[in-house]
Amino acid sequence: MPPGTRLIKKPPMAIIDLANPTRFLALVNRVLPWLVAATVLLFAIGLVRAVHAPDDYQQGATVKIMYLHVPAAWLGMMAWGIMSVAAFGTLVWRHPLADVAGKAAAPIGAAFTLICLVTGSLWGRPTWGTYWVWDARLTSMLVLFLLYLGVMALYWTAEDPGRGSRAAAILSLVGAVNLPIIKFSVDWWNTLHQGSSIFRPGGSAIAPSILIPLLIMAVAFTLLFVTLHLAAMRNEILRRRVRTMRLMQAQELAEAHP
Amino acid sequence: MTMSFGQEADFIVASYAVTAFIVAALIAWIVLDYSAQRRILGDLEERGVTRRSQRAGKEGR
Repeated sequence: MPPGTRLIKKPPMAIIDLANPTRFLALVNRVLPWLVAATVLLFAIGLVRAVHAPDDYQQGATVKIMYLHVPAAWLGMMAWGIMSVAAFGTLVWRHPLADVAGKAAAPIGAAFTLICLVTGSLWGRPTWGTYWVWDARLTSMLVLFLLYLGVMALYWTAEDPGRGSRAAAILSLVGAVNLPIIKFSVDWWNTLHQGSSIFRPGGSAIAPSILIPLLIMAVAFTLLFVTLHLAAMRNEILRRRVRTMRLMQAQELAEAHP
Repeated sequence: MTMSFGQEADFIVASYAVTAFIVAALIAWIVLDYSAQRRILGDLEERGVTRRSQRAGKEGR
């Protein structure tokens, strides 16, 4: 297929306008300072509230690990959700910005998943008496981390970026199957990990004095993710411009010295 | 409240330290990557390399 031809109709103009990389860069440059400020502010409030939150009546002070562990777990899963949506944009519309979004989300999602695994392990030792157990929740979260590494390998090692993107997009869609497995693992299997205590029928089982700091930390982590994702997308757009310019430079040199 | 940061202090501190380290590494990578890409782009533009979309009416070099 010659470059520039499309098998599938373009999405409506409004989406194209919004997703034009140059406009996107201008938008990122404008909102990024505000996002950084909001992230710092929310983390300051969240951490102060977390330090002053009461201990759990069963777990004591180790409940403080929850303020990192739970938001990191949510964001690790949300990043994969974003990658799956982006993968759809890559495979169906072949939109370059969707591919940029997917590629930029992978290392950030992997980092949050790693935070979830490490803090979970450090929480498990004093609470369960073990750093690790191969139960459904922990194993499915480890699988998510390994899937992130797989997507990153496809994106960063492919010789032909287009082929790497398509393979990574397919893995992103296939890997989305793991998200409901993680979510419902505590219901479907007998796990050491506790069941849902925040979003569950009948309302949250956590007292407001602990729940509110947790929700503030969740918002702070979400803002951190959005900030880092937009900044990483900007980097990726610049990286692709560098690549294009280098290819043009090589082409010009080849034309000048045949 | 009374037993805040009791015998589990090591695990709590380690959790926060590891999280801070991973987040700091992520931020550092993104910031350094940005300045590297900006520098390379500046270099290429200085040498007169342009992308097709920048070439309206401008001849190569």
